Amino acid sequence: MSSPSASVATPIASPSFRISQITIWRVLSLILLFGAWEIAGRVPISIAFPTFFETMSSLGTMIIDGRMAKAYAKTLEPLVIGIGLSTAFGIIFGVLMGLSRKFQWIGEPIFIVMQAAPMAALIPLVTFLYGIGVAAKVVAVVILAAPIIVLNCFRAVRNASPSLIQMCQSFQGSQIQVIRKVIIPDAAPMMFSGLRLGVAAGFIGVILAELLITPNGVGDLITYHRSVAEYADMYAAIFSIVFFAAVTVGLLEKAEVTIFRPEKKGAA
Amino acid sequence: MAIAEQNTIPLAAPTFSDNNIVEVKGVSKFYEPDIQALLDINLGFPKGQMTTLLGPSGCGKTTLLKIIAGLLEPTEGDVFVNGQLVTGPGPERAFVFQDFALMPWATVLRNVSFGLELRGMAKDERYEIARRYITNVGLEGFGEKYPHELSGGMRQRVGLARAMAVDADVLMMDEPFSAVDEQTRRQFQEDLLNLLSIEKKTVLFVTHSIEEAVYVSDQIVLLSPRPGRINKTVRPDIDHAASSDEIRRGKNYLDSVEEIWHELKGYLE
Repeated sequence: MSSPSASVATPIASPSFRISQITIWRVLSLILLFGAWEIAGRVPISIAFPTFFETMSSLGTMIIDGRMAKAYAKTLEPLVIGIGLSTAFGIIFGVLMGLSRKFQWIGEPIFIVMQAAPMAALIPLVTFLYGIGVAAKVVAVVILAAPIIVLNCFRAVRNASPSLIQMCQSFQGSQIQVIRKVIIPDAAPMMFSGLRLGVAAGFIGVILAELLITPNGVGDLITYHRSVAEYADMYAAIFSIVFFAAVTVGLLEKAEVTIFRPEKKGAA
Repeated sequence: MAIAEQNTIPLAAPTFSDNNIVEVKGVSKFYEPDIQALLDINLGFPKGQMTTLLGPSGCGKTTLLKIIAGLLEPTEGDVFVNGQLVTGPGPERAFVFQDFALMPWATVLRNVSFGLELRGMAKDERYEIARRYITNVGLEGFGEKYPHELSGGMRQRVGLARAMAVDADVLMMDEPFSAVDEQTRRQFQEDLLNLLSIEKKTVLFVTHSIEEAVYVSDQIVLLSPRPGRINKTVRPDIDHAASSDEIRRGKNYLDSVEEIWHELKGYLE
């Protein structure tokens, strides 16, 4: 055969150039945000609102004196267990719901109600059932994270390309091969976006539990420093958890691209 | 009037013989009890030839192709390939999809070798075969690219290479060129004919383009609109050794196009 008549468009800039450009814009976005924070703190808009640099120096102190490590040790335990359970359960049940109508009919009403309802309102109730220990916090994480993960996995699998499934069948792919080689990779982007939302919801769950159930961990750092009017320390704790959540969610995105969707590498 | 005229045309006699690699016997397909996609199709596909199913949109030509592929079940009737009853997809048949059906997360190389991967062939072996077919369809050097980096015409070449790589006797192509532009389409038609003259496959081709059907086919089966029935079989008798321009100006080509157009006009109101 002759060579194809259509040619591939040559990229205007090399990938490395593009990536460094993207980095510049991203750093600029952070500088704008933190700059606004610094200015707002200096004005000041409230005596309870420290500047960015005050907050960062508090953060440094709290990391060095070990308060952060202690708080995170407390917070991470229920968070990791809760996210782990939600992910395992969410993916398995969500995929089953996507593959089988019966599982869909059983699961869909429950999880849609759970997703729509303000589950945070149930957290005080959790205390009645599970007390004030780690179990209650794990439950708080799970009830917030699991419905999102389940429903996204379900929709992702259900919306897997019928054309690709038929393609796999036409080459005599077995049911297992269709699921493993076509449906799961095709559903991966949406499953991962569910996972990211689920993990973000899990963070909400664990902090809510620490504010409402047992005052310890990062939630307690926030409450305590507010009560003694050490606002820089309070904001440092808030900043740390936001930063930690953002990094976790970002790492999930990296994992998705590396494991399932290599074609998106460099596309940013 | 058009309908009445149609009914007076005798249905093409089924041409069953040892020469047919695919035989369709009394196939009907109903989607609902009252929605008939196909009605009593009897058809033989001669070995080593290119047979085109031609007809207006909604005449069930893709449905018939998918029934032969084993991707759809007929409501009535049977399909035989190499004398064996079709109960599902088989290794002797390979499908080229209208929308290409390439896995966006896989490289060209993995897409082309996918049929072999499903059979459990070792990576080195299947990649070697895939590389050969990537070269054959004119995509040498594109093995590590992803589908989104290719043009529409190139993507369909990947789809063709994937179907060729499993070394099936029968190649089924469902409007393979409908999503590519006209010049790519003509180039592709010529390339396909060149490739087939080497590979000696039986091809079942679906299109709604009269010119395309006449240009590429040994035999053209005209299907009437819903319910799809075989209305007529045309053999353009074109010498494919001639150049593309000679073919398109030749008497056989023009007569066949005219004959088919006359026939299809009958479906219009």
